[in-house]
Amino acid sequence: MSDTKKKTDAAGLLTRLVRNQIFIPLAALLLLVIVNLIAGPSFFKISLGTNNAGNMILSGYPITILDFGSELAILAIGMTLVTAASGGQDISVGAAMAIAGSVILRVLCGNAGSHPETMQAPIIVAFLIGCVVAMLFGAFNGILVAYFHIQPMVATLILYTAGRSIAAWINNNELPIISEPEFGYFGGFIPGIPIPTPIFIAAACMIVMALVLKFTTLGLYTQSVGINEKSARLNGLNPTFIKFLSFVILGLCVAVAGFIKVSRLSTINYSVIAKDIEMDAILAVALGGNALSGGKFSMVASILGAYVIQFLTQTLYRFKVSSDALPAYKAVVVIVLVVASAPTVREKLSSMWKSRKAHTKEVG
Amino acid sequence: MKNKKKLSDSNLLLLITIVIFFAMYIGAILFLKGGFLRPQAFLNILNSNAALIILACGMSLVMITGGIDISLGGQMALISMCCAVYLDEMGGNIFVSILIALAIGMAFGGVIGFLVAYLDIQPFIVSLAGMFFARGMTTIVRTAPFNVANEAFTKLKNTRIIVPGLGSVNRKGIYVDAYIEIGVIVALLVVVLMFILLKWTKLGRAFYAVGGNKQSALMLGINVKRTKFLAHLLCGLLAGIGGYVLFMIRGSGSVANGSGFEMDAIASSIIGGTLLTGGVGNIIGTLFGVLSLSTIQNIVSSAGFDEAWWIGITTAGMLCLFLVIQSIVMSRKKSS
Repeated sequence: MSDTKKKTDAAGLLTRLVRNQIFIPLAALLLLVIVNLIAGPSFFKISLGTNNAGNMILSGYPITILDFGSELAILAIGMTLVTAASGGQDISVGAAMAIAGSVILRVLCGNAGSHPETMQAPIIVAFLIGCVVAMLFGAFNGILVAYFHIQPMVATLILYTAGRSIAAWINNNELPIISEPEFGYFGGFIPGIPIPTPIFIAAACMIVMALVLKFTTLGLYTQSVGINEKSARLNGLNPTFIKFLSFVILGLCVAVAGFIKVSRLSTINYSVIAKDIEMDAILAVALGGNALSGGKFSMVASILGAYVIQFLTQTLYRFKVSSDALPAYKAVVVIVLVVASAPTVREKLSSMWKSRKAHTKEVG
Repeated sequence: MKNKKKLSDSNLLLLITIVIFFAMYIGAILFLKGGFLRPQAFLNILNSNAALIILACGMSLVMITGGIDISLGGQMALISMCCAVYLDEMGGNIFVSILIALAIGMAFGGVIGFLVAYLDIQPFIVSLAGMFFARGMTTIVRTAPFNVANEAFTKLKNTRIIVPGLGSVNRKGIYVDAYIEIGVIVALLVVVLMFILLKWTKLGRAFYAVGGNKQSALMLGINVKRTKFLAHLLCGLLAGIGGYVLFMIRGSGSVANGSGFEMDAIASSIIGGTLLTGGVGNIIGTLFGVLSLSTIQNIVSSAGFDEAWWIGITTAGMLCLFLVIQSIVMSRKKSS
């Protein structure tokens, strides 16, 4: 008697775990870890060494993944909200990052040409201006989606088409270079701290978002708008504003990610910077088990999804896949993922599972 | 009253597009004398946009059924790269290369169509993945761009069809014939065939029915899934044709071929009055959409804004304008 109870308990725990949203990214992570362990455990070695500037830094693939996954994790935060509220995705994040980065560099260069000796404005000012501009572009997307009821992906197509052109236009198609080392701190290392700064920035964003979700009704409102807009309105919410707000928040995330990106490079290349990152960001949300048609969301799962994707990228690099060919492999992952999570496929699988179970019972 | 209502959706959008196109073209003739008056200027718009016209027709088909396919530009790059490698390095013949192009296009269309129609996955996500897959595969085939040195192909590529009576006298006083390329003939043929398909065949009407209202289409006895699948398959076929036409225009295999084409095709369809929500659209409108888009790009560049970024910004501006017009028309329709 107690034996069977134990068995059902274990099975219940297992199904609970499988049903939990975070299971999908965790399983993917586990799979990647196993693949990498089989291919050689040196992948997970972390070492302490000195870099060119003479600072003590941590290096190793896990650190790289956390470091380069920062932008993606930050974008995933905003993308999750947009997905949940509007039931669509923003495909202009890469282009908007180029704009934000371009604005930041433009402010830093001031009137001193494109290769200034010193920065013409404090970094914080440039960053804030970049935030405002990115939020304005987010607001533009938001207005099209929320007030004009255009499908999010098509509305953001406008900025996707124009974004990189606008970014080039802001700097007159010059490639500004900031040579001061302080600017590089935000995408690299602060002297004396062995952990890359982007990790701290990403962590700060996550903490802020966690606090916002904990102490405000943003999360609840976003979900209710995503699940049923009409009933949300009948309950006194303003779905238009909430959708709009989600795009503005994504704009802020884009600015932070763009800032890290330009700080990493100390310059910008309009057509290449943050290329295809929109795909990764959407993939992160999907991998986190969030419904791409909106509604309930799990921020933790999305962020975990973002790091899993960075892990996947790093793994592909490890197997000598060139960066140009990367999208092809990721596209396969996306297709497998969406096919596996498609309702029709799930139904079919579960009915197959059930019939098999029934069959075994009969036999037993 | 009834007349007004009839005008309020499809025809109104089509009318807006045609009026805007003629207004822009006449404006360009009046204010920017730079050659817009010559018939060849117009034919050049056709020559350079033949591939886009074909692609936009395919996009319109899919959009009429309520879907979208953003992988078309990537497919074109893959098609032109594969054909280029086949013709240049294997010295293959042209007919096989055309078959390769069509096969690649239809394979993409078939897979995307299957995923969208039978597995109910959002078309945007599927085709986004398709786009990245096609772009990635293109770089796997070859990274560096190269020209095709194949005699038969070069001959085909340089074939020009003289249009009688539209030539003009150039500055030196020599009469120059007006010409179009083979691609234009193909494109116009596609436009006519698609127009007939949408207007007068059972399948074409089914596209509209499925896009307009899935439920009622189902009740009318239309096989919704099969219709959607066929729309994507047809779109893939057109992408194959369009990819080959683009390949004929460029004459090279390059990763950059067809970049941004999906956006231009969507923009053209939208400008031509195809509704994103499905059920409304017209191939003639799409043709005018392509023409308007490229006319405004020509105007912008001949008005002195010739830096590369203006094209992106104008396209986006135009797309934005028409999306907003659509949205207003739709909300008016809903409220009336």
